Amino acid sequence: MAAADVQTSPEQGRARWKYLDTILNRPGPFTDPEWVPGEPQIESVSRSKVLVIGAGGLGCEILKNLALSGFKDIHVIDMDTIDVSNLNRQFLFRHADVGKYKAEVAAKFVEKRVKGVKITPYCGKIQDKDEEYYMQFALIVCGLDSIEARRWINATLVGMVDNENPDSLKPLIDGGTEGFKGQARVIFPTMTSCIECQLDMHAPRAAVPLCTLATIPRQPQHCIEWAHIIAWEEERKDITLDNDDPEHITWLFQKALKRAQEFNIPGVTYSMTQGVVKNIIPAIASTNAIVAASCCNEAFKIVSNTNPFLGYPGMDNYMMYTGDESVYTYTFGHQKKPDCPVCSEEQLARPLQVNPNLTLEEFLTGLAERPEAQLKKPSIRSEEKSLYYQFPPDLQEQTRPNLSKKLNELVSDGEEVAITDPAFPLQFKYKLVFQK
Amino acid sequence: MATDLPHPVQGPTAKEKKYDRQLRLWGATGQMALEDSHILLINSGPGVVGLETLKNLVLPGVGHFTIQDSSVVSEADLGVNFFLEDEHLGGFRAEHTCNLLKELNPDVQGSFVSEPVETFLAHADALYPYTLILVTAPIRPELLAKVSAYADAALIPLFYIHSVGFYSHFSIHLPPAFPIVDTHPSPETTTDLRLLKPWPELVQYAAEKTKALDNMAADDHGHVPYIALLLQYLEEWKASHDGEVPKNYKEKTSFRDLVSKAARTNNAEGGEENFDEAVAAVLKSLNPPEPNTSVKDIFREKEGLTISKGSASFWVITHAIGLFYTKHGVLPVPGSVPDMKARSADYIELQNVYKSKARKDFAEVLESVRVLERNANRSTPIEEKDVEAFCKNAAHIKLVRGRPFHVVQASETVKWGDRAKSIAQELTFPDSLVPLYIAFLAFDEFVATHDKDGLGGAPKVPGESDLEGDSEKVTGIAYKILNDLLKEAASTPDDDDLDTAKTRLGEFVQEIVRAGGGELHNIAALTGGLVSQEVIKVITEQYIPVDNTCIFDGVKSKSAVIRV
Repeated sequence: MAAADVQTSPEQGRARWKYLDTILNRPGPFTDPEWVPGEPQIESVSRSKVLVIGAGGLGCEILKNLALSGFKDIHVIDMDTIDVSNLNRQFLFRHADVGKYKAEVAAKFVEKRVKGVKITPYCGKIQDKDEEYYMQFALIVCGLDSIEARRWINATLVGMVDNENPDSLKPLIDGGTEGFKGQARVIFPTMTSCIECQLDMHAPRAAVPLCTLATIPRQPQHCIEWAHIIAWEEERKDITLDNDDPEHITWLFQKALKRAQEFNIPGVTYSMTQGVVKNIIPAIASTNAIVAASCCNEAFKIVSNTNPFLGYPGMDNYMMYTGDESVYTYTFGHQKKPDCPVCSEEQLARPLQVNPNLTLEEFLTGLAERPEAQLKKPSIRSEEKSLYYQFPPDLQEQTRPNLSKKLNELVSDGEEVAITDPAFPLQFKYKLVFQK
Repeated sequence: MATDLPHPVQGPTAKEKKYDRQLRLWGATGQMALEDSHILLINSGPGVVGLETLKNLVLPGVGHFTIQDSSVVSEADLGVNFFLEDEHLGGFRAEHTCNLLKELNPDVQGSFVSEPVETFLAHADALYPYTLILVTAPIRPELLAKVSAYADAALIPLFYIHSVGFYSHFSIHLPPAFPIVDTHPSPETTTDLRLLKPWPELVQYAAEKTKALDNMAADDHGHVPYIALLLQYLEEWKASHDGEVPKNYKEKTSFRDLVSKAARTNNAEGGEENFDEAVAAVLKSLNPPEPNTSVKDIFREKEGLTISKGSASFWVITHAIGLFYTKHGVLPVPGSVPDMKARSADYIELQNVYKSKARKDFAEVLESVRVLERNANRSTPIEEKDVEAFCKNAAHIKLVRGRPFHVVQASETVKWGDRAKSIAQELTFPDSLVPLYIAFLAFDEFVATHDKDGLGGAPKVPGESDLEGDSEKVTGIAYKILNDLLKEAASTPDDDDLDTAKTRLGEFVQEIVRAGGGELHNIAALTGGLVSQEVIKVITEQYIPVDNTCIFDGVKSKSAVIRV
């Protein structure tokens, strides 16, 4: 029966798991009265196949934590290669690894350090994989920096749920950090609130209007954005801007500096230029350690039932963390949204307040920034007709004239529209409510 | 091609590249402080939480760390500790964990001490080289007391950490006066525009920018900075309200209506962004520029009242700013202005109005600092940039009064002093983690009264072999600590509340004893994250540290901070 134990000799046995086994072998005051300690739990942890998405700041921690929680079969996906600025926190990488694939180096390192664990890397995108692939895992732990990837995996996992087959429900544990802040949340697709239900908790930063950049800059960031969006396009449009090319950043920095001097704006620096252009989010080892460990603590509890876990019916499902002013956590139950375009069964259209005088183009551009939508390449159709399609080319051609029309010429107040975006495997239904 | 461009660019150094993501949080001065520090870890038990803490300090580039740990690497270490490998079995844990940690960052120095903590601490000046000390439980109370006494005398920050099963705790013993200037308040709370106490240049600016407002062309009208608008409408308001500004909520909302109605709506957008900004700022910004009480209290602290040769520069500057406050009734202007709808030149001009005022206020404070220095015969003048940084953040400075944490001794009652009343009250709050803290104290008392070999050697932790017997013992100890607390606080909580608190305390004890002194890697890693973050705050003197005890409950994924 104990297939996972085959590789280890009996005298080694489980001696190294002494502390873990103490917990697995003893009931506690909060374990379920039906819970059977010992062998079944040890088996459950050893045999559960777990997927880790992301091998960066959070991912490195997650891999280490899962391996030292007794998981033996771990897969990891990451498309990125190692950069020197990762080394202040991504502790599985060394200077000599710069340029190599994160997933590969991380997997190899943890396999070498923790005996008996198998880590299978995949260096590519999560979108490369299909439902059959995701179906093999007991649960999925995410350490991502992109909202888009989170929404994609969330929608995919919700879509996989088949009420006839309990194995099709894959718990999703998601961590995120920014500087001294972060969150860990547990999602049981279709049962608890999902990433899409919680989307408005992670509102994107408002973009500076183009006219400010073009005519009335006031902040050093405005000058940098001008160089980034306008000057590059005007002067170097034949060269593809590479955010990692120091020559390109230097060019933008000098352009921004010159513009700032024209307008007497102080404060443009190389570091700020890099920060604005690459949209750099500060990241430190300590916050990653906290959030990743919280995610893995939940993963371990879910698989072993050694204690109640987040996301359990009637339990909280979301821990918010702030560490810049003392230490503060807020752990709560985020409620499922009845109009969630991903997980609501009724598929209710989510109301969206709009200014009826906006053109369709302005409306579509605005969707990228609206906290409850955040769609960057939307195609839209109303109940009656196709309003605008990004693809295929002939349909785009056909619908392009609509872009300059006002919303009130195209839809009526309260009308439902369906929006699709190539980043997501589903359609979003909105009810357009005209602002008075 | 670059001839028409200003300054040749110096790209970032190798170090700036490596540390880019953290320099954006604590800057070059924070980094320097980190690199100048030498941290000692006195490690024990499974030893994971201490090493996970160090990991998060080696990565960002702490100068030097030393691990004291006399354990020999066992099989059980390999299943919980990431900084050991199979080939280290039987070797000194201090040595091998030190070596693997050093691999994380070639810029960091690491040392180890594998002699027992008893003899290590017996050396004269054993603790002298260190700027900060971490101690993990279990440790014999007389040794912890010794380190605590040293920290007290040498004014060195000391951390004491538990990580047991699903629970953890740490307490920080900071020096009695631990002031922080660079608290990094959130940008929303720092805007201090002085709209109710404008100085002449600001009034003049507003008058100029709003001259003939009603007759302005549409584009001009839509670009008047909202600060000028608010100041102008305040003048109008005052004229019809006996020279008084809007004070209460009701007056502020009617003032807001007045501003709102002045916006032009006969345009394509149906409004004006600058007026929207003005309206949004009314409730937030029309407050008297009064410092909050915790800042005013700092001006009254004893260390700042008389300045002597040995006074820390914080107190010299505090005294000088106190003088400024007494004279003007306000703190120095911080000088920053939020972004707002405006033409470039108008905005820059406004920024300069605030900046020159900030410079003027700073000059006055600096002058007082120099007088204080002369009078106290101080030899090295405080750097101007320190005074300037203080003036900028004067409204957000913070003083933490460090104090020793509990060292539970075998035959002594745990004392809570001036905290007794408040802790006793908090004890019975629903979801309070005070019972968990008491459970950890009970764990320590068990350790203080039990030896592995009965010879005063390695401490014995509860639950290693006798789960039920030890649970009962620790519960008994915990109830006694709870009762002593209530006695000291002269508190008699309602019976139901007390029963609930005792039930919860009993459950916390059971869950702690269940672990048999073992660490779960996840909880150790999480706690190592929290502790390293606090170490960084303390070393860099930036942000606001835990005052003084933090508890984490990994069953419910909740934390609490209490002052004990």
